[in-house]
Amino acid sequence: MMKWLHIMASSAWFYRFSGQAIPWLMSAFIVLLLIGLYGGLVTAPADYQQGDAFRIIYIHVPAAWMSLFIYCVMAMYAVIALVWRIKLAEVLLISSAPIGAAFTFLALVTGSLWGKPMWGTWWSWDARLTSELLLLFLYWGVMGLYAAIEDKRTASKAVSVLTLVGVVNIPIIHYSVSWWNTLHQGPSITMTDKPTMPMEMLMPLLVMAVAFKIFYGLSLLIRARAELVEREPQSRWLKAVIEENNDE
Amino acid sequence: MNSTLQSLYFLAIRECLTAFRNRHEALSPLIFFSLVCVLFPLGVGASADLLRTIAPGIIWVAALLAILMSLGTLFRHEYEQGTLELMVLSEHPLIVLVVIKLVAYWLITALPLIVVAPFMAYGLGLTADAQGVLLLTLLLGTPVLILVGAIASTLTLVIPQNGMLLALLVLPLYVPVLIFATSAVNTVMMGGSAAGALYILAALCVLSVTLSPLAIVAALKIGVSQ
Repeated sequence: MMKWLHIMASSAWFYRFSGQAIPWLMSAFIVLLLIGLYGGLVTAPADYQQGDAFRIIYIHVPAAWMSLFIYCVMAMYAVIALVWRIKLAEVLLISSAPIGAAFTFLALVTGSLWGKPMWGTWWSWDARLTSELLLLFLYWGVMGLYAAIEDKRTASKAVSVLTLVGVVNIPIIHYSVSWWNTLHQGPSITMTDKPTMPMEMLMPLLVMAVAFKIFYGLSLLIRARAELVEREPQSRWLKAVIEENNDE
Repeated sequence: MNSTLQSLYFLAIRECLTAFRNRHEALSPLIFFSLVCVLFPLGVGASADLLRTIAPGIIWVAALLAILMSLGTLFRHEYEQGTLELMVLSEHPLIVLVVIKLVAYWLITALPLIVVAPFMAYGLGLTADAQGVLLLTLLLGTPVLILVGAIASTLTLVIPQNGMLLALLVLPLYVPVLIFATSAVNTVMMGGSAAGALYILAALCVLSVTLSPLAIVAALKIGVSQ
């Protein structure tokens, strides 16, 4: 198991594997995105209360899910990086942060656009909005700390510790903020209850969620490849890869 | 074991002594705190009702910023002089040294704020029982601020000008403390019981006392190894 993990974690293996995986992920993403968007924008019926304005949910909710999901994945990479000292986990951790920040930003912007017709205001100090905004600051903190420390190995370790501190704090921040103020509509989809949404509305949402996950994987691989090359410009595996490409 | 206790004793003495010798540096958070509290009435007007409503927020935000300002110096001198490396390399458990250092830091930085806060609260028009609760929230909340802030402060040790970054790292993590502390005071002012919020603050305090030293030790080792 550990041996297998170490092969997987080698830069050369990762670089080759990701190069092959990217086209597949790209096509899967485009197909799912088109299905999800068609389902959400065309086939799903208009909401009886919110009319067509609710359709922004197909971007807003998957983006909000991703914003939290990516932070949790980052915490996982942080544990791997700190415990087993696997370089690749560091690279994946730091490559995830800008993607997570982008999804958080997207969730905030679409939420604000949705809030204007529904609540009559672009911004309100609602619990979920506020904790999403704080999550954005946590992402920025991770990115800022990594950028500020010159030596990238040290920076990665520092960022791993910070990510773990953040992941312990996220639930505390979330519950403290919701204790403080709540205006947001309750969640429409939970794991345990029956969803409060008809099937035609729900399906495109789930498809979009999967499409967003694949997009995360795709952009993570692209970013991680760039980060690897930037970190190890003189390495042997990179020279071998370049030679292979020249031979073709 | 005896030698560890002796070293801890010397470390505590050293902390207090350096703070005493650098009196103006040690007292600057206190001055900052008082100044921010004084600026608010000047900014929003001297209406007693308005001031009483926002007083818990003012005092807490001022305390939070004062502690944030001072966090940059927490391990800074030790790091630059190399004392920190000796602490990490010493035979005594690093976590105990860190805890002693933080306790001393709390005494030097936060305790003066807590002593002055009731005067500020009186000036902003808080009632006596609200002042009492404010004092309790400060006693429970400032250790959390220092423990959580110390993690970020240690992580940014290797960065020379770390002030803004430190604020970005620390302030989002301070939100729960701010929320529960101010709402405890607010409920008392509205005639309710502050017990719920105070219990949660106490829980946060226990949680950070338990977990933060571990993260600080990890961060110190990263900082020193560079």
